[in-house]
Amino acid sequence: MLGGVGGCQGGPTRFPARCTIAEVCLSYILNTPDDQQTMLRQIGVASLQDLFASIPASVRLQRPLDVPASMSELELTQHMLALTARNQSADQAVCFLGGGCYDHFIPAVVDAIAGRSEYYTAYTPYQAEASQGSLQAFYEFQTLICQLTGLDVANASLYEGGSAVAEAVLMAMTVTGRQGKVVVAESVHPDYRRILGTYLANLDPRIETLPTPQGFLDPDDLQRAVDDETCCVVVQHPNFFGGLEEVEALAKATHARGALFVVSFDPLSLGLLKRPGEYGADIAVAEGQSLGNPLAYGGPYLGLLACREQFVRKMPGRLVGQTVDRRGTRCWVLTLQTREQHIRREKATSNICTNQGLFALRATVYLAALGPQGLKETADLCLRKAHYAAQQLTALPGVRLKFKRPFFKEFTLQVEGAVPDRLQALLRRGYHAGLALGRWYPTLADCVSVAVTEKRTRTEIDGLVAAWKNA
Amino acid sequence: MDKNQSTQLLFELSHPGRRTHRLPACDVPLGDASTLLPADTLTSSPPPLPEVGEIDLVRHYVNLSTRNMAIDTNFYPLGSCTMKYNPKRHERLAALSGMASMHPLQSDASTQGVLELLWHMQNFLGEIAGLEAVSLQPAAGAQGELTALLVAAAYFKDRQETQRTRVLIPDSAHGTNPASAALAGFDAVTIKSNSRGLVDLEDLRAKLDERTAVFMITNPNTLGLFDDQIPTIAEMVHRHGALIYLDGANMNAILGITRPGDFGADMMHYNVHKTFTGPHGAGGPGSGPIAVRQMLAPYLPTPLVVKTANGFTLDYDRPKSIGRVHSFYGNVGILVRGYCYIRTLGPEGLRQVSEIAVLNANYILSKIKHAYEVPHGERCMHEFVASARTLRRERRISAMDIGKRLLDYGYHAPTVYFPLVVAEALMIEPTETESKETLDAFADTLLRIREEDATYLQQAPHTLPLSRPDEVKAAKEPILRWKP
Repeated sequence: MLGGVGGCQGGPTRFPARCTIAEVCLSYILNTPDDQQTMLRQIGVASLQDLFASIPASVRLQRPLDVPASMSELELTQHMLALTARNQSADQAVCFLGGGCYDHFIPAVVDAIAGRSEYYTAYTPYQAEASQGSLQAFYEFQTLICQLTGLDVANASLYEGGSAVAEAVLMAMTVTGRQGKVVVAESVHPDYRRILGTYLANLDPRIETLPTPQGFLDPDDLQRAVDDETCCVVVQHPNFFGGLEEVEALAKATHARGALFVVSFDPLSLGLLKRPGEYGADIAVAEGQSLGNPLAYGGPYLGLLACREQFVRKMPGRLVGQTVDRRGTRCWVLTLQTREQHIRREKATSNICTNQGLFALRATVYLAALGPQGLKETADLCLRKAHYAAQQLTALPGVRLKFKRPFFKEFTLQVEGAVPDRLQALLRRGYHAGLALGRWYPTLADCVSVAVTEKRTRTEIDGLVAAWKNA
Repeated sequence: MDKNQSTQLLFELSHPGRRTHRLPACDVPLGDASTLLPADTLTSSPPPLPEVGEIDLVRHYVNLSTRNMAIDTNFYPLGSCTMKYNPKRHERLAALSGMASMHPLQSDASTQGVLELLWHMQNFLGEIAGLEAVSLQPAAGAQGELTALLVAAAYFKDRQETQRTRVLIPDSAHGTNPASAALAGFDAVTIKSNSRGLVDLEDLRAKLDERTAVFMITNPNTLGLFDDQIPTIAEMVHRHGALIYLDGANMNAILGITRPGDFGADMMHYNVHKTFTGPHGAGGPGSGPIAVRQMLAPYLPTPLVVKTANGFTLDYDRPKSIGRVHSFYGNVGILVRGYCYIRTLGPEGLRQVSEIAVLNANYILSKIKHAYEVPHGERCMHEFVASARTLRRERRISAMDIGKRLLDYGYHAPTVYFPLVVAEALMIEPTETESKETLDAFADTLLRIREEDATYLQQAPHTLPLSRPDEVKAAKEPILRWKP
């Protein structure tokens, strides 16, 4: 228990008749009882209680909150170490898990820069003169995302990859003025599709999900589904199963009916694969976690969103633009804010009022650290190691690739025997070996998806294969 | 000191052939991409990213960082944003491998520690709210609002009360409130404020009817006032079968003093990054969990963390759930910091946060109110809204001018021009973590600025590298990316 001084300690009997001033220096409080007395005198009240006079007695809490007693930093550290000891992280068991976030390497410069508290303890850069550091970094981020995607404009980031898909669809509805339907491939991340369903629950468009039994969306199926009321088509490339989609044909089928082509992409795949701007994407979104951000049990991450120039005033989220100050010096400001909720209220393009600033900064430093060659080599290592792992695993009896599709760093295996039991056994041997797809796709209950990043060594892959053999 | 490197763009530092990060040689016996993927899927050259060496990269961003004001460098009384100290211990603990390196799709057997933390966090947030069920999933306050309104819509749909199409929102509310209501499929209806800056009960009474689904209230409100009519408001809204939503942006004023569930709220969101001090990260990440009454719990997003005889697990079997708003479980990294904060403070510490936050705000108010108008009152909660409207009228000094001049004196500006119900608003929130000396110096500075020459103020700041960026030009001729 911290504190322990003064007569203010206490159990339920103390409230509400507590001291007129708070006891000394509970955590992070600087004003001592003497300071508080002086301040109360200046204000013209007798006690802290008097400052809360506007809260009716009938709704006041008459007991302490039922949360555990305070801890010192040392006790808290010991407590957190004990809690984390009950986790088996991706540093402790070799991680072959994907499904939207991946165990990629993070260069030390990313942590060093993001650890500058001038960045992480600042807020939204409303005062441009006092925020040029973050504003310039976000402008650089927007530029890097344009370079990465081959599209014209990018915003300063969204929450994460799943809700970014929903924001892209809302944007497509506004751009096209079509409210009929959204066509989505079943090979898009199932949880992204669930988020989209949640966001659209009370809006007009219905969601038509096109089956992908061969592990990809057949452009002929798409052609039949898209109509003149379709606001957009959503695909993921590489898709949830790891496979590549026939994006050029899909874009063509989409555009033939005047709908927008929305693609959820893997940022690191663009070291090798064609860019969304090259194959006809109108809006490209992504989970940005793989760009220098820790796994962190699912968040915080950042969503990427880039699009064609003509849609810029329909974009959701923060945008940073270049301008000059009154002396003519080049500088950066938040701009096109008339799209946003604090000006437009219920007519805003989105209800989002922040970006994921710190994580956009991390992605910026990460991409700058890699450069074009580093991005290509990272993608190349992912690709080759994933193919090596697939080759070795499918050499085992009863294991085969589920889909005959080209893949990048993730692939889907069909296996004999109970999948969850096998994965549990592999975890006991030190491997987060893969994801059981039955949770999302009942018809794929015998399938496992495996992801391989540049971090995985041949020794680790061979180890997984050996463990799999014996599991 | 010459910090030229930070005024150049990253792209202008690029030099062909340089790089920071080098990769290991490939250790598997396979050919390159051209042997593994169809040629028509491959790009001819990788994206044209800048080519920068490590020391140049580091100097660029370290020098750039010095062009920010932040909590760690300056007093940051940005109203409504609760810019309190971000404890260093949180950064170290959230970075532990057993938190930071956890893949969200690991099996429960390998995640018991983080699940236990999240389960406790659900309970803490429920207790502090006085509400029974919590979803940690929303990534920010605005997403929390949307999530809760979707929960409300599902609840009424289930009860076949689909005539409830309207959400009532006070005119002093954050802009996210009406934007979230529209996205959730509701019509936003504005409720006026009265002369005290509180909800106009007559206007509320006139607009409450069987079409009302939700009344959204921020309490304390954006003027820094606790609406003492809340028992009456709750009774009125509930009598019409509607729900009360609390925008929890201002929870820093009432921790352990009153609970939203006890004053009638049926659902609310937290801003964990504000109240429980997640670093604001120059705009995010935030974390916006919601707490709701038991009758709304079935509709919360999936999954929730539950405790079973076999340990902690994620419960996906929730047939009435609205679905999901986040790919995984929310911004866990920020929730870890909030958990550490609550564990550090304990019940007395949480209550003291609010007591001192309110003390500090009232102290500044008392020191400046003879010089600046404060339209709504002698007292405030954790923040207050001053107005420069008379200064504007008499001397053409705007709220913006005062904010910009504060930058010269080493203070971040207050929130200006919000809430919309106060002309020339200056919204000041000192938080509990500031000392009396800091507050004294800030109040003295505000008084001093008031005496300064109007023309000089209109051109402030004078001592920063920049002054008054041309925002009109930025919006009229948008330049949103660097081009070669």
